[in-house]
Amino acid sequence: MTARLSIEQATVTYRQAGRGLLTAVDAVDLEVGAGEVVGLVGESGCGKSTLARAVCGLEPLASGRILLEGEPVGRLGLRSRDPRLRRIQMVFQNPYASLNPRRRVGSQIEDGRRVAAGTALSVTELLESVGLDAAAAAKYPHEFSGGQRQRVAIARAMATGPDLLIGDEPIASLDASLQARVAALMRTVALEHGASLLFISHDLAVVRVIADRIAVMQSGRIVEQGPAEQVWSAPQHPYTRRLLAAIPIADGLGRLPTV
Amino acid sequence: MTGLDIRGLALTISGRRILDGVDVEVPSGQVTGLAGESGSGKTMTGLAVIGLQPAGAKVTGTVAYDDGETVVPDLLALRPGAMNRLRGRRIAMVFQDPTASLQPMLSIGTQLTDHMRHHLGLSRAAARARAIGLLERVRVPSPEAALKKYPHQFSGGQLQRIAIAIAIACDPKVLIADEPTTALDVTVQAGVLRLLRELTDDLGLAVLLVTHDLGVMSAVADTVAVMRNGVVVEHGSRYQVIREPRTAYARELVESLPHTPPPGVGEGDA
Repeated sequence: MTARLSIEQATVTYRQAGRGLLTAVDAVDLEVGAGEVVGLVGESGCGKSTLARAVCGLEPLASGRILLEGEPVGRLGLRSRDPRLRRIQMVFQNPYASLNPRRRVGSQIEDGRRVAAGTALSVTELLESVGLDAAAAAKYPHEFSGGQRQRVAIARAMATGPDLLIGDEPIASLDASLQARVAALMRTVALEHGASLLFISHDLAVVRVIADRIAVMQSGRIVEQGPAEQVWSAPQHPYTRRLLAAIPIADGLGRLPTV
Repeated sequence: MTGLDIRGLALTISGRRILDGVDVEVPSGQVTGLAGESGSGKTMTGLAVIGLQPAGAKVTGTVAYDDGETVVPDLLALRPGAMNRLRGRRIAMVFQDPTASLQPMLSIGTQLTDHMRHHLGLSRAAARARAIGLLERVRVPSPEAALKKYPHQFSGGQLQRIAIAIAIACDPKVLIADEPTTALDVTVQAGVLRLLRELTDDLGLAVLLVTHDLGVMSAVADTVAVMRNGVVVEHGSRYQVIREPRTAYARELVESLPHTPPPGVGEGDA
């Protein structure tokens, strides 16, 4: 069986003026199965967002390939996107930037529904699935709180009936106490609608709660991947151990995390 | 007791009661944690203490300040001028997002010396020398070069260290830190938490640490106050609040943590 998304030896490089080539993503292999939630974690600058952009066709690959259901994902250009690739949808870090501030959210979700011709859920159903009521459709993005706005962005992405949902740090700009809740919501909504989820975050503690598998990325390479519980409780790579050791534990003992 | 003593702090914005009588003590040399969900009023408590509540907010209650030299029976009753002499001088603040709290168009040197020259009356050269010492204190690499740089040239962790340097520049006695590590990577967060603890111990600061993250609380706070709907529902030692919470709400908050059990020990409960 082919995986829903397979990334094979993908490499992305940037040319830096006067400083040669920067390899942001370095020969990465990663698979996301049907109905699977994969968490991709790493520190800022490790290349995890670049990888997400490559999967959407927003970054050209220097080598390797990315397949959705066995078909290669091409680079997104000025021409209209291949309809098959609209089945990849992305939720970005900052919903205030990813939603159009001058249009009502209902009509923005409507845009997504048009892609799914016929089979799409209604705007009301979509809003309900992310915990907003139908009246929200008539509002503008600025009328929502940060958490609600990100829920709108999730509803918009789900409107197309995607096979693969990608969250690129979707919780990083949210109020801290909402992060776990929105992450759990993304998992529920994606799986209920038959989509796989690639969830990118720097917060291992949140990823561990929602992901089936975790991949750890450092300097453009995936240094460790495996079932979430295994990566969390029996980390193999020293970098994963360092990341875990840095998470402060609520044990009431006043132990400072190791740097 | 030296430090802050917050009594019956209430705050109303256009008829809505945001804080409903907050009582909390913030003693010197200790980190007092303020935990709670978003909307519980923990950030507003920090802002009201320092007089930064939103325009039109009505604040009542008392906040007593005592650092051994200066004694102010109620910060809330101070005239704006008197408050300005304390704010940034005796009471400093660190915010969640250093990319937002630092001015992007001013060099680090300007932002780090401006308030020292004003509050402490230092000359340009003296303020600069002191700024270099401060950057060394918070371990920002090559401090002299850093003074000439601008915020966008630093990583998030370095910027938060600079924001902390700005806060401690005038030898404050009270530091209010509102989610100071939430925007940072865990490995960077660990460094900033160690710095915060070290400064508390060395300078005898009274720190009011606002955070939703009980893991962060458990690492640096001496006592933890749990807030809900504008009141403190429980306040005790970190061990008691996290391990043996007395109120149902505090227990719920601890149990909702994604952070337990400790990683790497294999007690997974998925």
